[in-house]
Amino acid sequence: MQINYNFAFFDESSKREIRRATLKAIAVPGYQVPFASREMPIARGWGTGGLQLTLSLVGLDDIVKVIDQGSDESVNAVSIKKLVQNTTDIRTTDETAKATLIQSRHRVPEIPLRAGQILVLQVPMPEPLRMYEPREAETKKLHAEKEYSGAWLMLFEQIMNYGSMTTGADHPVMVHDRYVMAPSPIPKFDNAKLNSSEALILLGAGREKKIYAVPPYTKVVSLDFEDYPFETESFEDRSCRLCGSTGVFMDELYDDASGTAYFQCNDTSYCLERMNEQSWREGAESR
Amino acid sequence: MGYVAVKGGTLAIEESLKRIKFERTKQGKVLDVTRIEGGMRGLIDQIMSESSLYDETLAALAIKQAEGSPEEAVFLLRAYRSTLPRKHYSRAVHTREMRVERRISASFKDIPGGQILGASVDYSHRLLDFDLMHETDEDAARWLEAFAGELGSFPEAGRPPELMKVMDYLIEQGLMISPADDNTEPDDVTRRSITFPASRSQKLQVLTRGQTGTVTSLAYAVIRGYGVSHPTVGELRVGRVPVCIDDPLGSGEDAEDSYYIGEIKVTEAEMLMSAAVAKEQGGKELSFEIGYGLCYGQNETKAIAMGILDHSLEQGDSRFPTQDQEFVLYHIDSVESTGFMSHLKLPHYVTFQSKMNDVRKTKTTVTTPKADETEEVKELCK
Repeated sequence: MQINYNFAFFDESSKREIRRATLKAIAVPGYQVPFASREMPIARGWGTGGLQLTLSLVGLDDIVKVIDQGSDESVNAVSIKKLVQNTTDIRTTDETAKATLIQSRHRVPEIPLRAGQILVLQVPMPEPLRMYEPREAETKKLHAEKEYSGAWLMLFEQIMNYGSMTTGADHPVMVHDRYVMAPSPIPKFDNAKLNSSEALILLGAGREKKIYAVPPYTKVVSLDFEDYPFETESFEDRSCRLCGSTGVFMDELYDDASGTAYFQCNDTSYCLERMNEQSWREGAESR
Repeated sequence: MGYVAVKGGTLAIEESLKRIKFERTKQGKVLDVTRIEGGMRGLIDQIMSESSLYDETLAALAIKQAEGSPEEAVFLLRAYRSTLPRKHYSRAVHTREMRVERRISASFKDIPGGQILGASVDYSHRLLDFDLMHETDEDAARWLEAFAGELGSFPEAGRPPELMKVMDYLIEQGLMISPADDNTEPDDVTRRSITFPASRSQKLQVLTRGQTGTVTSLAYAVIRGYGVSHPTVGELRVGRVPVCIDDPLGSGEDAEDSYYIGEIKVTEAEMLMSAAVAKEQGGKELSFEIGYGLCYGQNETKAIAMGILDHSLEQGDSRFPTQDQEFVLYHIDSVESTGFMSHLKLPHYVTFQSKMNDVRKTKTTVTTPKADETEEVKELCK
């Protein structure tokens, strides 16, 4: 028994259904649209929400890039890219600027996205209010009534307990002055990139069966207080050991030999591009 | 240079896939799918039930590919299921029409139609049968021949009559209120995700697709102390039921116009629980309520557990997690729970870096309150 899969894995009616949910999500920024999430050939929690969006959207002309925690070469990114390629035979790339569709786990690329591109973020926990309300039936009501005092209280309690907001990645944002949204666990550093983005940003949670969106040029504000403003992770005085970049999100690494920590761009394709540029410039100068 | 480990992913994956194939084949012996289908009925039934895909051959293939791991086999079948368009919904299946292979009741000794033990391990002694170590196909053939001879000495029974349901007897006796037929078109959680409060059909669908172990454990919690009820197996039946679909071009109203597409083997459990019913003038009387379980294949423990959970979820007392719809229904799916567990193996470098940043910050900004201040606060709090 030999079975060949349809283009982009799904049957066409499944793709259409996912696209319908996506259109609704774009029409109501920040609102979590339930959809009948399919089981995928990769595990739940490994990006099945993002993958369903990607597969429902790709056409023959698309160029796909997949990143996992900043890296194009990370095993899970490679695995997802391979699956997309095996079922569609479309082109893939590591270069952010060249991609039409970028699926990412927990990072927004350093290179600013442009109009026409789509960023698909993989989401483990789409519900920003889940921390203090375990019931879906309740959180749905809270969103409907725009009753977000719990979200503010959660941040307030963190400040009282620890002196600062300790949301880690996934700091909640207010979208279009209406819905509080989990930006998927992107670091706080990336939150600002969601605001008034030129590219369409789609977020897919496979296990939790939700799709939501930040359409281009939508206002996205990280929740904070006047006296305790939102602060991103700080990499002050740090620069990338490889390309020398500053002001980007960095991985903190440990050098066995010297026993010291050093820093490196988390966005590996950005880092590589910078290094290529530098060596090209040096080459041009020496000529 | 720990970081290098996550680079070069492409090559690492290829080599890892070779390793897994090596593990499956290293003893130089591979399983024949037909042998799995022939001899692993229990595992096949469990996997078909959890995958909600009724196909013994594909289940056998999944078992081979997954080297017998149920969670992995279910995962394979569910992913395959995603690629199949849903062209038809069957007509309602009537378990009264079941070709019964096994049927027991723990409530009545003499049920109309009798107790039919059928194939069951219930009264087997769990002693390892070392003879099976060297059993051959010829041994099996010889045994089958002898068995056929034994059966031959019984007169042909003809088509067995439809067996009365134990529940019908209770209703007849006035011990149970006849539940009204609910002919609402059932929801399908694989096409529209579950909503809360969940409809009965959503609940039953999620329960029947649930991971066998989880369904069993949660039902065990119900009868052990979390929403105590001691249920009785009103009727447990295992057998085959016909599946029909409507003529796609017809009106779909006349059962006579439907097409028979095959039969499926199912286990059905009707669990009886006693419950108080309010009488006139504030009095109470006892009556029986039902919990319903139905799953693909012969999965008796799961069907009974499903019946218990069905009843439990109908109660909805929020003191008990086992009566909380979201607690039970969101967490019993094999693909979802095992998937989220395994995702913890993925790199979390970015999220962890972010958390580390927070932790470091709290170390510098938190100032321990002075002793006299703490005392003051304590005083105020009294």
